[in-house]
Amino acid sequence: MKIPFIYNLRSIAQRPVSTAMTALGVALVVAVFVAMLALANGFRATLVKTGSPDNVIVLRRGATSEMESGLPRESARLIAADPRIAAGAEGRPLMSSETFVVINIPRAVGEGVNNVVARGVGDEAFAVRNVHIVAGRKFTSGRSEVILGKKIVPRFAHTAIGDTLRFAGRDWTVVGHFEASGSSLESEVWGEAEQFMPVFRGEVFQSIIFRLRDPAAFDEVKRALEGDQRLTVQAQRESAFYAGQSGILTKILTVLAVMITSIMAVGAVFGAVNTMYAAVASRTPEIAVLLTLGFAPRSVLVSFLAEAAAIAFLGGIAGALLALPINGIVTSTTNWNSFSEVAFAFRVTPGLLLAGVLFAVVMGLVGGFFPAWRAARLRVVQALR
Amino acid sequence: MKLLPLVFANLRRHKLRTILTMLGVALATFLFASLRSVVTTLNAGTEVASASRMGVQNATAIVFPLPMSYKARLEAVPGVKAVSWANWFGGQYGDGKVFFATFAVDPESYLAMYPEIVVPPDQKEAFLRERTAALVGRGLMEQFGWKVGQNVTIKGTIFPGDWIFTIRGVYTPSVRAIDDRSFIFQYAALDERLQHRISPGWYTLQLTDPSLAAGVAQTIDDMFRNSSAATKTMTEKAFNQSFVTMWGNVQFLMNSIGMAVVFAILMVTANAMMMTARERTGEVAVLKTIGFTDRTLFLLVMLEASVLTLTGAILGLGGAKLLYSGTGFNGFGFLPGFDVSAGTLVIGFAIALGLAVVSGIVPAVRAARLSIVQALRHVE
Repeated sequence: MKIPFIYNLRSIAQRPVSTAMTALGVALVVAVFVAMLALANGFRATLVKTGSPDNVIVLRRGATSEMESGLPRESARLIAADPRIAAGAEGRPLMSSETFVVINIPRAVGEGVNNVVARGVGDEAFAVRNVHIVAGRKFTSGRSEVILGKKIVPRFAHTAIGDTLRFAGRDWTVVGHFEASGSSLESEVWGEAEQFMPVFRGEVFQSIIFRLRDPAAFDEVKRALEGDQRLTVQAQRESAFYAGQSGILTKILTVLAVMITSIMAVGAVFGAVNTMYAAVASRTPEIAVLLTLGFAPRSVLVSFLAEAAAIAFLGGIAGALLALPINGIVTSTTNWNSFSEVAFAFRVTPGLLLAGVLFAVVMGLVGGFFPAWRAARLRVVQALR
Repeated sequence: MKLLPLVFANLRRHKLRTILTMLGVALATFLFASLRSVVTTLNAGTEVASASRMGVQNATAIVFPLPMSYKARLEAVPGVKAVSWANWFGGQYGDGKVFFATFAVDPESYLAMYPEIVVPPDQKEAFLRERTAALVGRGLMEQFGWKVGQNVTIKGTIFPGDWIFTIRGVYTPSVRAIDDRSFIFQYAALDERLQHRISPGWYTLQLTDPSLAAGVAQTIDDMFRNSSAATKTMTEKAFNQSFVTMWGNVQFLMNSIGMAVVFAILMVTANAMMMTARERTGEVAVLKTIGFTDRTLFLLVMLEASVLTLTGAILGLGGAKLLYSGTGFNGFGFLPGFDVSAGTLVIGFAIALGLAVVSGIVPAVRAARLSIVQALRHVE
């Protein structure tokens, strides 16, 4: 027969301080667990979002990032002729030829400068990359004008519309801000490719991105482009390319999160073990009575396990609540593949919270097992003496 | 100190609880030491930087080169003793999964400027003589199992193609903060294969006197302000610091996690101390009856808490120190010279003492204030 769970809840209420401390220990572990994974999650989501599975990115063969790539204008012309590229508004191919450099611009706070991506684009980029102006206007062709991703605006100096940014030996007027549904493009400075080419890396593009008419035709397009004798290129799905860019850092963050929280978890389990042993010791006569009444030792075991799990569950909920406010906080790090700063937001998902609470319950069960085992094996006669 | 036997007897009463609490503190201090060492190791690079060395890079960004013609003009700047130049190569070996730094340097001036990079004289001679020779850090040699005299094929990511170098020398850094996993080769080899179409990625300057740094930087940046490539000149320390800040707010992240760890374990120890104290109420009353003073009883609890946390700290901090120096952990290549500093150990012990005070104070005060009559009335 099952021992009613209310017995455990009342017992927990009997020693509120000890319960609260144990639960709080678990809560802190869960909070760190959720926060660190939210960091990794946010970084990955920001980069993954940058690429679309319908788009193809073409780089120079052997280049692992846009920074290392270089494609002559002739390549862009050859690729644009491919009939499998989707057509845009005026029947022109939905293809964006882009230049990519990393520049230093001064931060808004403090003295330092930071690396950001300066991307030279044409008109098609807005459609291909799904980018929208949220304030001001697009840059005008032939003018020294730039637009800024909205995540750059609060973090760097001279980023308001009408301000002047100085880089590459020229002054650039900020004429607009844009958003790109939270992707890493929002950490970039955009200008006209024809303006960026002469001041940066000359008459080459770094990447060519196009929308497929039929996303399933990717393999066919890849074969055609890579097999073309006139081109030395490699083609990747844009989504796969950006997911790959996030790989190393996401892995480091996840490994770090798991390592740190498992060590912390062991400490919290020790706390649960102490608490539950003390609970069992102080309730020895009670347990003996339960056994005398005819409850099976197995029921006692389950009952104490449930009590430990309940304490940890409380901790898990508290930890999840503690970690929740960090959702959406914007932070930044360097994307080591492009050597530039990427701003991203912590991303706490329901799945992550659930994982945190489950993690807490597991800690409770592990910590409660041996004390519960002892309770179940209590000798009635000795205990009642 | 007459109290110590009593303290140890008390600790032995609930052996399991004592051990678990100690291990809890050990884990917390271990984590604390690990997290803080990430920060101190990152910063160590800026602290060992020589005050008499400066870096000159392209003002637009470090990925843009500077003309070779700048060398002569830099040498002419008053206060500059020597000039060296280098280029980031971005090489990969094998499947490219292991990251290491690869750069092309002007060998003679580079080795003269960096006495911290120690190379046996005969190997140095061999490295300087041969255009396709490479100088490799000891750590990288061991990681790939390379031998001196071996040919290795490095795949260029920035400069495409297969590049074959012969390992002629192995260097050992004399300070831990310098990476011992770098692959260094001659600038001339790069220049030759690319048919002189490249120019240096950055220049390094040796000053005659460190105090001239600010003036020299100003002179150089003014000199090139309106030329094809404007420069940004900074001390080696500032140069290294700019890399540290690129990680983002690591310091804040590590500190927050460290705080959470310490608080979590505080809960565990405080709980253990309170449980212990509650069980001994009757005993404390008896001790008072036979003449123990309030002060002694207060001390007894505090000593017990201190022994508990300090033993834990010795295990945790000592474990971290031994583990990281024993295994040569380098953060997957990102944290060369990872080390638990003396400062970290001191702070770790201070935290352990703090834990003892905070977790012991409530039970200790309670024991000291306990009224005998009240306490004994509860004992059956």
